[in-house]
Amino acid sequence: MIDRDLSPVPPAAEEDPGRDLVVELADVSRVHVEGTQFVHALKEVSLEIRAGELIAVMGPSGSGKSTLLNIVGGLDRATSGEVMVEGELLDLLPPSRLAALRRRRVGYVFQDLNLIPSLTAVENVMLPRELDGVRTGKARQEARAVLGEIGLADLAGRFPEELSGGQRQRVAIARALVGERRLILADEPTGALDTAAGDDILRLLRARADAGAAVLLVTHEPRYAGWADRVVFLRDGQIVDSAAAGLVSAR
Amino acid sequence: MNTEYAYSVFMSIRHGLLALLRQGSRHGYQLRAEFEASTGATWPLNIGQVYTTLSRMERDGLVAPGEQDEQGRIAYSITSDGRAEVDRWFATPITQTERPRDELAIKLAMAVTAPGVDVAQVVQAQRTATMRTLQELTRSKRGLDPPLGTAQTLILDSKIFQAEAELRWLDHCEAFLSRRSLQHPQEKQ
Repeated sequence: MIDRDLSPVPPAAEEDPGRDLVVELADVSRVHVEGTQFVHALKEVSLEIRAGELIAVMGPSGSGKSTLLNIVGGLDRATSGEVMVEGELLDLLPPSRLAALRRRRVGYVFQDLNLIPSLTAVENVMLPRELDGVRTGKARQEARAVLGEIGLADLAGRFPEELSGGQRQRVAIARALVGERRLILADEPTGALDTAAGDDILRLLRARADAGAAVLLVTHEPRYAGWADRVVFLRDGQIVDSAAAGLVSAR
Repeated sequence: MNTEYAYSVFMSIRHGLLALLRQGSRHGYQLRAEFEASTGATWPLNIGQVYTTLSRMERDGLVAPGEQDEQGRIAYSITSDGRAEVDRWFATPITQTERPRDELAIKLAMAVTAPGVDVAQVVQAQRTATMRTLQELTRSKRGLDPPLGTAQTLILDSKIFQAEAELRWLDHCEAFLSRRSLQHPQEKQ
């Protein structure tokens, strides 16, 4: 689904002293209705993510991890509470502006984010920029730069079927990173990769955070959560605890 | 520190020093520096531990002291018994009972049976602490410039995998306990 709305994306509030706050969730709840039952996927979750931070979310299946990620990315709406991304209250944004924000500021990495088989690696990475209306030449240049950054410059001309699983996933990540992404959302981005390839993915996400992006990572692998500045534990839709690196107590 | 743990640490230091002496004779300070360098300073030794260990190994015929040098230092060298001991150490796998890893399992077993203990809370507190350890380990592994030597990397990886295994086990405990409490609601979780 391609949204051609070209209304300007709200500018990053550069004059705002709190501008390094990329995501702010305040008492966010999400209730699904299943038949006659109310399912509380998230219960009054509050969370802040700053530029330069990598936050990992862990929890058993059904704990609300993916719901949290989808709400932060504007793919799902909170039932109550406030969701701010880059100083914009998502609930107040009309759908077209929400779509523009999603497309230009937010990068998504999913486990099953498939590449388009008939396009080469570099064409896959260019695609979102071309859909944004960026000229082909510039889009190609940007895509090559990102592929170079993640060590895949040599494979730019290959088709997905000519790449290994780890390489395909890195191309998918490059596609999520291309352009100015202030917020990167990754849902189990290491999939079934072996630990060395998974570490490469985390090294990439970590580098993006260190370069100033806010990264929210959902994972069930402690090994990958270990890369985060903060690990948030969800259970039954609530944050039960969090572990912050370098602090004696995160409470 | 429990006795079993103390014993296993003692034996590791002993074998570690023997392994260094197998490469040639060394005096106490040298042994301490090399031991710490090769374990990535995960086992800080004080010089007293080194000399105590050396004198016990001398008593057991595993090492022999040489002459004092002009600075009053004594270099120790490995004996043939010592060499056999360190070879045996390398050739023998470590069994679970030698590892001081079970304190947490015992704590959880106690928490499950003791009245008035919130097991979920015990699990979560441990998970947070272990995750923090894992974050620190990951940070040391990625942040070091120049990159770590092979020996230090392996030691760090070993600790990373141990922390990871503990976290997985804690997840398993939590899932097991909550399933158990659904099936047997009257039984204490």
